[in-house]
Amino acid sequence: MIPPPLPVLAAIAAAALLTAALAMMLRNLIHSALLLVLTWVFVAFFYLWAGAPFLAFAQVVVYVGAISMVVLFAVLLTRRHDPAKPTRPASLARACSALAVSGGAFAVLAWAVLQWRPVPGNPPPAEPSVATLGAALAGPQLHALLITGVILTATLIGAALIASPVEKPDSSQ
Amino acid sequence: MPVTLETFPLALRDWLCAFLPQEFHWLLSGLLVIIAILTVFGLGFAFITVAERKFLGRFQNRIGPNRVGPFGLLQPFADAVKALTKEDIVPATADKLPHFLAPCVIVSGALLCFAVLPYGRHLVPADLDAGLLYFFAAGAFTELAVFMAGWSSHNKFSLLAGIRALAQLVSYELPLLLATLPAVMAARSLNLQTIVGSQSPAAGLKAGFLPNWHLFSPWGAAGFLIFLIAAIAESNRSPFDLPEGESEIIAGHLTEYSGFKYALFFMGEYFGLIALSGFCATLFLGGWQAPYAALEVIPSWVWFGLKVAALIFTFIWIRATFLRLRMDQLMRFSWKFLLPLALINLGTAAFWLLTAHWQGAWWIALRWFAAAALVIAPYSILGRRLFRGLGARTYEYAPNN
Repeated sequence: MIPPPLPVLAAIAAAALLTAALAMMLRNLIHSALLLVLTWVFVAFFYLWAGAPFLAFAQVVVYVGAISMVVLFAVLLTRRHDPAKPTRPASLARACSALAVSGGAFAVLAWAVLQWRPVPGNPPPAEPSVATLGAALAGPQLHALLITGVILTATLIGAALIASPVEKPDSSQ
Repeated sequence: MPVTLETFPLALRDWLCAFLPQEFHWLLSGLLVIIAILTVFGLGFAFITVAERKFLGRFQNRIGPNRVGPFGLLQPFADAVKALTKEDIVPATADKLPHFLAPCVIVSGALLCFAVLPYGRHLVPADLDAGLLYFFAAGAFTELAVFMAGWSSHNKFSLLAGIRALAQLVSYELPLLLATLPAVMAARSLNLQTIVGSQSPAAGLKAGFLPNWHLFSPWGAAGFLIFLIAAIAESNRSPFDLPEGESEIIAGHLTEYSGFKYALFFMGEYFGLIALSGFCATLFLGGWQAPYAALEVIPSWVWFGLKVAALIFTFIWIRATFLRLRMDQLMRFSWKFLLPLALINLGTAAFWLLTAHWQGAWWIALRWFAAAALVIAPYSILGRRLFRGLGARTYEYAPNN
């Protein structure tokens, strides 16, 4: 397979960054959410460019199909009277902590990306097929997979607990 | 390769490609595949609508469309002209861009699904390693389009109907996906051509006389039924046509659409239905394989077309037969009935595949019996518990006998 040219990557990256920037700048939350979905589609294109089709399709199924719905429903369930009015942070401390958390997350990711070096003498397989991916997930990476599954199940149970009413509705009324 | 009926489409492509220099062959062959898919399934869509109206007419003891062309066969073209020339009304307060994009997204998402289906022995537009996952990824855009249509119409009833439609799509996507997994387990691959290959008649017949299709195994039959029900719900067809419910809520999230945009939604729905039928035939009905090796004289793509046509006829038949469900029945049916059955079916398939080496009449009979019990027992227990107390409704002034 011929590796796709670099200008294609530049176009995909530019489109993803542009839609992400627009999603942050727009006042209309639904437009932001829809643009964010478009960003995820471009991230899937990037995976395709990088030769990881399985990851790309999984990205579309999970993010475009499922997480977009969660985001859009969350926006719909949030009550806002005037969408044109800019939202002010509730307090200075809140704004600072939000900035600190997002800055910290960005710093960790940037550090991880900058630290990355190709491991000498251990080249990645030329064409990672679905079969090798499956074998890796069910073999050496099984523990990671199971731990992720347990954490997600715990999150799900927690969400169900939070969502369910604390008291049973009084049947006598 | 000798030119036979089997390789005729490929020969046609190569003949056309020969007119261009070598460098442009990839471009022309890609374009030809796109043209072929658009032509075949575009015409398929047109004639399925007329077939549906004809069959529904016969089911309801009337004639159906019979004015335009011989036997009313040109009706879809008259409808297309009508849809194109109708006024395109956009509400003044609508969010114009999403309102315009929603029908485009739904049609393109449905068309993307056609790229991975194996239409014949040599006819796969894109033979992807993760073809099954790609199919579901392409289908994910439907939900987005339904949301965009409901929200951008700036009509609270459209929005509510859109959310109802989304709830239905999300609920039935899960059993749809889980029902396909046993076929993946059997083929040990996400590649659709490999899944078709695992149902080849060369590997012998099921129980001595049945074609070697997944449909004719206990887990395959259960998976096929779950897939069929979820596919009807995913394509918003009766008895799961609550989102549109033309006799109650006037097309739901499509209320504010008119003219060709409405026709595009209609088209997207039918493309989705054809794609799901092709996918179902690929997973459970042996894809393009002939049922018996002796019938392989008929080209593989004809077999594929016949299976898709049979499935679509089943969908029309179901539409003419069943009554529309209520919203709570719809949700209960998916989450409490189809989903557990689909999960149990994974276990049944695992048992079936792990006991493939059992020899001897008694052991084979035991294998069939155990697998059938694994399918039927949960079905009857769940069904009895879930639908207890729900019988035929009695009316005070019109008692049932």
